[in-house]
Amino acid sequence: MITRRDFIKYSLQGIATISVAGAAIEIINPSKLFASKDEKNVRWGFLVDTQKCVGCGLCVRACKLENEIPYDANVSRTWVERYVLTKDGKVFADSPKAARDGFITNKIEMGHGEYEDIKKENIEKAFFVPKLCNQCENPPCVQVCPVGATYQTKDGVVLVDRKWCIGCGYCIMACPYGVRFFHPSYGTAEKCNFCYHRITKGMKSACVDACPFGARLIGNINDPNDEVGRIIRNERVSVLKDEFGTKPQVYYRGLSKEVR
Amino acid sequence: MKSHVWRPLYVVIGIVVMVLIVRQFVVPKEFGIHERGYMYGWHDKADENYWKEFKVKYKTSNYCKDCHSDKYSSIMKTPHAIIQCENCHGPAIDHPENPAKLAINKSREQCLRCHSSLPYMQSDRSKIRGIDPEKHNTGIECAACHNPHNPHVGHEGHKHSDAEVK
Repeated sequence: MITRRDFIKYSLQGIATISVAGAAIEIINPSKLFASKDEKNVRWGFLVDTQKCVGCGLCVRACKLENEIPYDANVSRTWVERYVLTKDGKVFADSPKAARDGFITNKIEMGHGEYEDIKKENIEKAFFVPKLCNQCENPPCVQVCPVGATYQTKDGVVLVDRKWCIGCGYCIMACPYGVRFFHPSYGTAEKCNFCYHRITKGMKSACVDACPFGARLIGNINDPNDEVGRIIRNERVSVLKDEFGTKPQVYYRGLSKEVR
Repeated sequence: MKSHVWRPLYVVIGIVVMVLIVRQFVVPKEFGIHERGYMYGWHDKADENYWKEFKVKYKTSNYCKDCHSDKYSSIMKTPHAIIQCENCHGPAIDHPENPAKLAINKSREQCLRCHSSLPYMQSDRSKIRGIDPEKHNTGIECAACHNPHNPHVGHEGHKHSDAEVK
């Protein structure tokens, strides 16, 4: 026969045991832990392989159409530069129409309607370098904005608020990479945002999808299992204008010292 | 305490109050310091949604492959499998509703983006089989002889030798 005292004692012990176990499961719920880790950890980064780039310019075309940048205006969120180093030590670089139509001749655009035809025998090295916003960890363009119209999101992408931008152009001057310009229709500062509408939906940036050669990759650099994260961790990559302290998050494979 | 000395002070206080009142109406609700701190995160949080909801136009070949499975599977067997459909056919947007028909870019310039021969050894461009656009059948669309979905074979069924291509 169970006494009243024992009944209360056992009941309390039983309840305590069950609630401790329940609490432990709640505290170390693995799926919740992973979810919170993922949420904190996204940092978008970009990887460009200059060897793989063939200068077709399909990325520039896709970017312009995807992001509604007037097709014939001489501005672009991304562009491809051609570098030709000659045997007598000269460096030629051009990017006609931001390479929207690719590179189909040997002739280097020198500006003012002049072209330099460099013969195959004179070429020491020649390659293409795609450029886009570096989504810097310390973005100088954001610091100079007097109204808070440009800002960095939690996942590292620098965006421009078209409603709030007053068009002063400080950010365009401040960017060491020259990626910013005025949007011809809105009159506000414009820049590459890694196609924020695509990457936040699990897609890739338009230029990455358009590139047939895999010269452009985008991913979460905080994730060691992500292709971009893995390559940046394990392979030799470099960034543009490291000495500025902007900590760019667009990494390059096969960059040459002539590239600025 | 009626003194002309105090009058400017009232004016200044009036201006400050006016600014504070106007600010209440003009500055968006979610404007403030967000995740990246004051230096990099001072903005209107609602604007992030403007960019997240921006219209996607390039839907990638995955979007095409179910309806156009014949074209998709045939190009996947050729070296042109690496090229997204939309690079030549244009962005799908909401096809087939809008636009109902996509304009195909069959221009010579489209092919020459890759197949105009450039001797740039530090770029994979030099590995692509290319032509001199000023010498190779000028004025004719490439697609007149070469099928872009099966570039190895021309319309007459002939196969180019490497010597012919160069």
